[in-house]
Amino acid sequence: MKYIGVTNQLKKCTKVINIKRDHSTATNKNLQSVVGLEVHAQLNTKSKLFSGAQNTFGGLVNNCVSLFDAAIPGTLPVLNRKCVELGILTALALSCKVNEVSSFDRKHYFYADLPAGYQITQQRAPLAIDGVINFQVFTPGVHKKPYNKSSKIKQIQLEQDSGKSLHDSDLKRSLVDLNRAGAPLIELVFEPDLEDGEEAAALVKELVLIVQRLGACTGRMEEGALRVDANVSLRRYGEPLSTRTEIKNIGSIRGVAAAIRHEIERQRSLLEYGGKIINETRSWDAVNKVTVAMRDKEVVQDYRYMPEPNLPPLRVNLRTREETQDVLSVPLIKDRIPELPEDSRRKLIEQFSLRPEVAIQLVNEPVLLHYFLELTNQNTRNPTKVANLLLNDLLTVLNKRKVDVEDCVITIRQIRELTDMLLNKQINLEICRKVLDELLDSANDTSPLDIITKKGWSIVTDEEEIIKHCTEVIENNPKLVKQYKEGKVKVFKALLGILAKNTSNKVDMSIAAAKMEEMLKK
Amino acid sequence: MNFNNITSKILFFRLLSKRFSTKIPAAPVVTLENRQSPKLKVDSNTIALLERLSLVKCNNIEGVEVLEDSISFADKILHINTDNVEPLYSVLENENLSLRFDKVTQGNCQTDILKNATVTEDDYFVAPPGNIPLHEVNDNECNQSLKENEN
Repeated sequence: MKYIGVTNQLKKCTKVINIKRDHSTATNKNLQSVVGLEVHAQLNTKSKLFSGAQNTFGGLVNNCVSLFDAAIPGTLPVLNRKCVELGILTALALSCKVNEVSSFDRKHYFYADLPAGYQITQQRAPLAIDGVINFQVFTPGVHKKPYNKSSKIKQIQLEQDSGKSLHDSDLKRSLVDLNRAGAPLIELVFEPDLEDGEEAAALVKELVLIVQRLGACTGRMEEGALRVDANVSLRRYGEPLSTRTEIKNIGSIRGVAAAIRHEIERQRSLLEYGGKIINETRSWDAVNKVTVAMRDKEVVQDYRYMPEPNLPPLRVNLRTREETQDVLSVPLIKDRIPELPEDSRRKLIEQFSLRPEVAIQLVNEPVLLHYFLELTNQNTRNPTKVANLLLNDLLTVLNKRKVDVEDCVITIRQIRELTDMLLNKQINLEICRKVLDELLDSANDTSPLDIITKKGWSIVTDEEEIIKHCTEVIENNPKLVKQYKEGKVKVFKALLGILAKNTSNKVDMSIAAAKMEEMLKK
Repeated sequence: MNFNNITSKILFFRLLSKRFSTKIPAAPVVTLENRQSPKLKVDSNTIALLERLSLVKCNNIEGVEVLEDSISFADKILHINTDNVEPLYSVLENENLSLRFDKVTQGNCQTDILKNATVTEDDYFVAPPGNIPLHEVNDNECNQSLKENEN
């Protein structure tokens, strides 16, 4: 009796499990991931947003702080003109509508690195609204082909940064540095128009390129100059947005892709096992590759927004090119927008007939793009070959040494000389790579030719010498020669291989091949 | 002469004030207290929330009474009709916000900045721990119990 009872229960259990499984696979397929970003970019100014203290990274602790930044009573904010200018410039580059009148608000929270107990930001009337960013999604190894994507921008606002806290977990305390307190930020709020981490990473990359071109922000994510918050949720196709989680302060482009991918997976498996997503703030642990829940700032998020009483409304001139100390002309700022990454890509594809993925990779690395434009401006060098050299060979050498492309010391003169030698077949690709590697070590502006001569890498084009090498190979490999003479043409390549090895790749292989064939036919 | 002059001036102004009507009432008028609102009570949940938001503790009878009185005092303006009136956030609304050139004019005063802090370390302010990831908190507790075991 007992035995039967047990089996029955087991049966019930398996049934339940089965039902669950069916259910979960069904939900899995029907769930669409939705991603929206909020990006904070530090503005590239000498002084802070509302005070005359220096705006810098890595200064002496608590030294770049004015009395206002430390919230000493009696101090008042005075807005930095340059911040308004850079904010508007960025807004215009992203096709935003600039507000003629914008205003400042206080957003309150208690936090040790926010001395005033509130942040001055723009909530009711931000600097600009309704923009769009267009970008290409292409991660080599993930996507076979690039595709277009765009995300709408809800608003761009000016706001203060907070100070920095170091958490000393052993002694249970925070160490606070106010150098960053009051630094100027623009916050860009994007609509939830993205679907996965790769799209988000591509958006951030494009944004970094744009703000760098504008000179609005250094874009150095490793210094925290550009920080990304991602809102992630899952929903059934066609249904309204569901509960989201927010991942705070992601500090690198690959981090954006990884954090969002992991968060989507976490939510998916949570739902699969019947769990519920709660609205919470999570942080990205780049070492362990997980998102972890954060203790919330306050259990009830109540920022108690109120208009900033110390700042009258900010007005700009939208129509004419006249400006005063206090009223900036938006058309004048618009005149100063440089060529944007999107235009650069189009130009590369149309003018130089490059493939889209090549154009994307070049534009993504401003240093390489600069080399490319310098190398191709006289129309003497083949653009595709130049691009391949930069993207395959130079980039490989740099990656191998873990050198950032921006820190590449090779000068235009050097790369020009080297490219010419390669394209004129004075050296082969292998030597070219070796020279690139040497150039990174050598003193300023050493000529690649000097390196080649010094190292004895120059290619032998002298026929006499090549014939000498060929004779040597033929004499030392009678077996292969015999096979070749019996009609096994394939072994010709083996012979050339031996020749290349013997001469350490230093003979011109096209001449060598011709000579070798000639000599074998005798 | 002098005295006469002053009295005549006062007379003149009295006449003026009779001839031109002014919006300032001549005698005090009670407008705000014409509606007697019932004594307000704040429940304990709201008090807890307010305490958390303001970091001020008022959870004794006297504190709560002060709070309730303050609310009643402010409530007196609630009956005023503000339909179709744009809120006035600042009396400088019609002024333009003045802008400053991007120049470093302040800072470089570390000693002044740190002067008022009770506890500092290596020129940092020292504060209680703030918003840190949950797992770190757990780690700490684990570490602590480990350390205790070691002792």
